[in-house]
Amino acid sequence: MAGNRRKKHHFSRIHAFSCGKTSFKGDHSLIGGPGFSRVVHCNDPESFEASVLNYSGNYVRTTKYTLATFFPKALFEQFRRVANVYFLICAILSFTPLSPYSAVSNVLPLVVVIGATMGKEVLEDWRRKKQDIEVNNRKVKVHCGEGAFDYTKWRDLKVGDVVKVEKDEFFPADLILLSSSYEEAICYVETTNLDGETNLKLKQALDATSNMHEDSNFQNFKAIIRCEDPNANLYTFVGSLELEEQQYPLTPQQLLLRDSKLRNTDCIYGAVIFTGRDTKVFQNSTGPPSKRSKVERRMDKIIYFLFGILVLMSFIGSIFFGIATREDLQDGKMKRWYLRPDDTTAYYDPKRAAVAAVLHFLTALMLYGYLIPISLYVSIEIVKILQSIFINQDLHMYYEETDKPARARTSNLNEELGQVDTILSDKTGTLTCNSMEFIKCSIAGTSYGRGVTEVERAMARRKGSPLEEEVTEEQEDKASIKGFNFEDERIMNGSWVNEPHADVIQKFLRLLAICHTALPEVDEENGKISYEAESPDEAAFVIAARELGFEFYERTQTSISVHELDPVTGTKVERSYSLLNVLEFSSSRKRMSVIVRSEEGTLLLLSKGADSVMFERLAENGREFEEQTKEHINEYADAGLRTLILAYRELDEKEYKQFNEEFTEAKNSVSADREELAEEIAEKIEKNLILLGATAVEDKLQNGVPECIDKLAQAGIKLWVLTGDKMETAINIGFACSLLRQGMRQVIISSETPESKTLEKSEDKSAAAAALKASVLHQLIRGKELLDSSNESLGPLALIIDGKSLTYALEDDVKDLFLELAIGCASVICCRSSPKQKALVTRLVKTKTSSTTLAIGDGANDVGMLQEADIGVGISGVEGMQAVMSSDIAIAQFRFLERLLLVHGHWCYRRISSMICYFFYKNIAFGFTLFFFEAYASFSGQPVYNDWFLSLYNVFFTSLPVIALGVFDQDVSARFCLKFAFPFVTVPSVIPRRCTEYPV
Amino acid sequence: MPGSDSTAHRSKSRRPKYSQFSQQELPAFKLILTPGYVISTFIVVGLIFVPIGLISLFASETVVEIVDQYDNECIPKDFRDNKVEFIKNKQTNKSCTRTFTVPKQMKSPIFIYYQLENFYQNHRRYVKSRSDKQLQSKKNAAHIRECKPMGETDNKDPIIPCGLIAWSLFNDTYGFSVKGKDLKVNKRDIAWGSDKNYKFGADVFPKNFQVGDVGGKSLNSSIPLSEQEDLIVWMRTAALSTFRKLYGKIEDDLQANDVITVVVENNYNTYDFKGTKSLVLSTTSWIGGKNDFLGVTFITIGGICLFLAITFILLYVIKPRPLGDPSYLSWNRNSTPTPGR
Repeated sequence: MAGNRRKKHHFSRIHAFSCGKTSFKGDHSLIGGPGFSRVVHCNDPESFEASVLNYSGNYVRTTKYTLATFFPKALFEQFRRVANVYFLICAILSFTPLSPYSAVSNVLPLVVVIGATMGKEVLEDWRRKKQDIEVNNRKVKVHCGEGAFDYTKWRDLKVGDVVKVEKDEFFPADLILLSSSYEEAICYVETTNLDGETNLKLKQALDATSNMHEDSNFQNFKAIIRCEDPNANLYTFVGSLELEEQQYPLTPQQLLLRDSKLRNTDCIYGAVIFTGRDTKVFQNSTGPPSKRSKVERRMDKIIYFLFGILVLMSFIGSIFFGIATREDLQDGKMKRWYLRPDDTTAYYDPKRAAVAAVLHFLTALMLYGYLIPISLYVSIEIVKILQSIFINQDLHMYYEETDKPARARTSNLNEELGQVDTILSDKTGTLTCNSMEFIKCSIAGTSYGRGVTEVERAMARRKGSPLEEEVTEEQEDKASIKGFNFEDERIMNGSWVNEPHADVIQKFLRLLAICHTALPEVDEENGKISYEAESPDEAAFVIAARELGFEFYERTQTSISVHELDPVTGTKVERSYSLLNVLEFSSSRKRMSVIVRSEEGTLLLLSKGADSVMFERLAENGREFEEQTKEHINEYADAGLRTLILAYRELDEKEYKQFNEEFTEAKNSVSADREELAEEIAEKIEKNLILLGATAVEDKLQNGVPECIDKLAQAGIKLWVLTGDKMETAINIGFACSLLRQGMRQVIISSETPESKTLEKSEDKSAAAAALKASVLHQLIRGKELLDSSNESLGPLALIIDGKSLTYALEDDVKDLFLELAIGCASVICCRSSPKQKALVTRLVKTKTSSTTLAIGDGANDVGMLQEADIGVGISGVEGMQAVMSSDIAIAQFRFLERLLLVHGHWCYRRISSMICYFFYKNIAFGFTLFFFEAYASFSGQPVYNDWFLSLYNVFFTSLPVIALGVFDQDVSARFCLKFAFPFVTVPSVIPRRCTEYPV
Repeated sequence: MPGSDSTAHRSKSRRPKYSQFSQQELPAFKLILTPGYVISTFIVVGLIFVPIGLISLFASETVVEIVDQYDNECIPKDFRDNKVEFIKNKQTNKSCTRTFTVPKQMKSPIFIYYQLENFYQNHRRYVKSRSDKQLQSKKNAAHIRECKPMGETDNKDPIIPCGLIAWSLFNDTYGFSVKGKDLKVNKRDIAWGSDKNYKFGADVFPKNFQVGDVGGKSLNSSIPLSEQEDLIVWMRTAALSTFRKLYGKIEDDLQANDVITVVVENNYNTYDFKGTKSLVLSTTSWIGGKNDFLGVTFITIGGICLFLAITFILLYVIKPRPLGDPSYLSWNRNSTPTPGR
């Protein structure tokens, strides 16, 4: 038992920043108060106390309607459209003598139209219902007394149930982790469905409950959990567990969320605390912001316009009718005696002709109602759904490798695709594959790796050198290992031992194999090892280490085991390093380190990180290869590679002991700045490092990206790249994907200048900020001058701006200038931008230029941008489903965008707009005949056509031709759409022009 | 949602099925308006339309039509200033004699129409003021809801046929004679067969009709409605305010220069609303009655087409330009060269 405890202690140290001991101070004092009232009787959901609380069950409903609410809710939705309200009023009035038509013929079209739309709602809801049924009927093992676990449906779970979840199963509700199959009561969780992150997260149960590893342990288990009320915050949780009269604090570390998945752990036991709608994932689920297309908004305006004409026509008619009616009886003398004006109702009373005219006005409003196309909305919906089916069915947008066809998730934006003016694109995973390949490294001042990157190839192409062909040949005979594209006989197959700095190379490779947080997964059949890593970069490193002879094969909580190539004997030996601390990666630290003790007993600090933070941490005697390495890093960055610096340091026992004490204390402290404290202490030890070298991984461009960007540029679509990468990499990728071309003048706005660095270091933060802003403003103005003065011969401009400058450029007083400059540039690249900045830039472009924006991205960090843009396109790639879930259209590859916009967008836009014009044309042409006839019938309100002919005109007689036009019409074939990428025109100039094609 | 997609797609590929339809690759044809197509289409249309128009005009010319407006002439000179009083006065002698000469030979059947102008049979109040149910069957006699104010007598007895239309039935009569010999006017089969057989019941007899307030013609209450063809013709309301209704047929040929004498009983009040009344005698041809409009329209359209064809030919000869020249496209007119490669 004592040994167990020790191990646990160690483990909690490994994940230094994510977990730590918490006491009852702070948030926990709130328990029991308002907002923190939940009480869960674990393992005793049937007890009296529990039944009094009456928490809802685990049944979930994602449907929009239930049987009871369907009619009121769906009808309300329908009558939010102005046109439908008008027709409803007409239908009601048609039961009075005012109506020119019979009541039934007036109501029927409305019923058909509303019925069809509601039918669609039912169909959609039914699909959701089926999904609900599937989810609700999933089975999970629940403790049913006497220490036995039995399968129960998810829907029957109650708050307080103890469940047993097995490997690769989803959690049925929000659970508190009680224990797991691991001794230390830890488990790994995949939260892709929640936040899109693919890395595994580690959860650990309380010590108090961690020893229950058997079903039978739960026979007499009783505990009371008090915690916060259901809320939407995924990353916080406050609660306490009362076990045997003792209180233990609960943190997010014990919380397992519904819809996340248990991985790498045989099974866990957990107590249900939030069920059904109370779970965090459901609290979080809000409908995506509903987007309406511009054409639709414009259509509304046309309908209002038509309504205006309708009122005008009715008004004119009423005046004439009033005059004619008044003249029918003057001084007791009847004019049109056959109408008996002397013996009449209010509708035709010559003595009160004004009243008759007003009543006639109402009649006329109904009579000329055919001007307003009642079935327009429903027809458009049908057409759009059919168009989406065509998009989904397109073989040219199907990606064989991942088996993913294009998916139009919202059909109401189809035609918007044809009007896209600006594309805002993420880089990693969107333009690139997001599969990192270890391609080069610099060890001890020597650069290894003969691979040629995409960027280099692009550069060679520009310069017209024959490098290209050579390379393609080379590539073919290479056996491909995912994530590894390294080619150098000097260090491959163990020959590195003969290199001049073999000892450095050994340390370098060892560091690659040890300094990471990846988990190995051994394939039991062939013994091959694959890795689960937080990021593709890290996976690439571990794979590279494996391929170069340092195979990392086992991770326990306290050790990392590696098969190493022994340089002396030339054989593989197993070495195990005991893992003491992990100083995790964070975006502010830009580095990660591990502290291990080797078998020989030496303490090693292994560290890898960005060049900007690593070089300044090198020891005086560790800078031997600094110059060469820096040179190489610049080369790598020019080649579009991501670089990391590797360095190490040997620690002496005393230093480590002191560090460990301070570090443990820091992370166990309860103050709010716990993490900062720990970071500070980590900072102290991560210094005096000895440089080993640098790595370079390539994020390969996706197939066909440069060609696609070329095509889009031809079509007059602007592409902005918003990336988190550093400026050099971004520029190089820009060249590789032909976003930047030779001959473009670059306007670079950067805050990474030496002056600004010194400014930053100064004490006065606000003054520094003001100075930085002034500098950004100055650069912007200079860029603007360049733009204004530029003549065509000098070539187009490209704007490159970094994240920090962007912060200032997006401030209210500067953003107009920034936007003006950016719009004038042919290409825009924003590097080092945060997700929020991406969304802000999108909003700026959307609102200020009122052009149609399309955002494309693949990761959770693009969600804001996708939702902000007029159209969000998600790449269903490596980084989980988050982007796809919040996108309007999902495609598998960036290059499909070309077809989506130039072919489908073009067609859909043309189809929808000609269809709308056709619709209005047929209705106006028809409606006006009614009016013209009135002139011959003294505006009495007599329709010229039969009631039923009229009512079936819209819904039946003329609907199919219009729909067929909207679904099938092709002005040019797909081939020509792509060959001649037409410049897109904006709506205002198009609709009137198209409309004139039809005589009205 | 979780789970469902990871298991589903492994089992079967989600590759869309290929078909020409689903890939929108069905063969399509779009006519490009080249000068050849356009000019030949115009010529063909012109060449077809002009002869059709000539034939129609010719046919219309063969129809002999005599129109005689009598509403003014049939008022005695003393009453010309106060026509309304004359027509409303039951004592006055309404007979009047009209004579006219047949311009050309008229082959039987010669149709007799009366033509009214400025009479709104298409007024909503008027159109609705009838009871089709009541006209159809005896048992629906009380079905008079729509007929107000001509639905029932003062004693609340239903009027058959009810409504304003029936009440205002046209009541002028015409008697024809040629060279002192009476011409027989056939007043049978002047109404639609379907109206007679289905819409107007053989068991429905006029009742309480034109009692009290008299509008137009009275009906013989011993003849069922299905036989009252004047009524049936009148009740099929005209779409426009100027209309002709069939009065009867003369089944004798009339020779050119025959002088026809018509004795008109001028009873119907069109003076209140300043309408006109005319008597029309007309033969028919295959295009119906006299109608120049059709022929003129065909000739005009055909003529325009030929004119355009000739204009385009001249343009094509004098100032030709290459087909499909992209420099004429709107976005090329300003600056940039042709997109595409």
